Amino acid sequence: MLNPANLLELAILIGQGLVTAALALTLWRLLSGPEKPDRILALDTLYVNAIALLVLIGIQRNSSLYFEAALLIAMMGFVGTVALCKYLLRGDIIE
Amino acid sequence: MEYSLLDIFLSVLILFGGIFTFIGSLGLVRLRDFYSRLHGPTKATTLGVGSLLIASVIHFSTQETGLSLHELLITLFLFITAPVSAHLLSKAAIHLRVRSVAKLPAIIEETERSD
Repeated sequence: MLNPANLLELAILIGQGLVTAALALTLWRLLSGPEKPDRILALDTLYVNAIALLVLIGIQRNSSLYFEAALLIAMMGFVGTVALCKYLLRGDIIE
Repeated sequence: MEYSLLDIFLSVLILFGGIFTFIGSLGLVRLRDFYSRLHGPTKATTLGVGSLLIASVIHFSTQETGLSLHELLITLFLFITAPVSAHLLSKAAIHLRVRSVAKLPAIIEETERSD
């Protein structure tokens, strides 16, 4: 269970709970979004929240391995958002 | 119970980041139209993930391994890409004529009606 003797661990657990709740809310918008741009925005927010969760897990486990994954998600997520927006705007990604 | 100043500072940063990330997604769910929804998560990106990454930098820099600045790469990358993707998203929404709760200017409303 929670061990309040270590303040940092408790804060990390609360932070992980908050970010997980944020992920759930974003997933709801991704599934129910009335318009196409809403879903793309939800996907964009989903990857930013995933980066936040990975950073928190990295601090918790005291390992820098998670940082690499977070950096990859940051780069690939941006490319994905741009590709989807381009598809909506032009009907094609690479013209 | 005695906490070190570093632990308190890191905990405050982590809680701040978590709360802002949560508020950003809450805005994504609660706001009424797409253009106002676009505004919520960008704050989560800059303030939420930003302070979490600062906490990560401070935490790993105070370990035995010495200064660790590679988390700043993610911060830099997110801060550069967030405005670009927000701009593209709003352009796509305007292109698809997504409904807004704001009223259109009178001149545009006339041309929309004659379409």
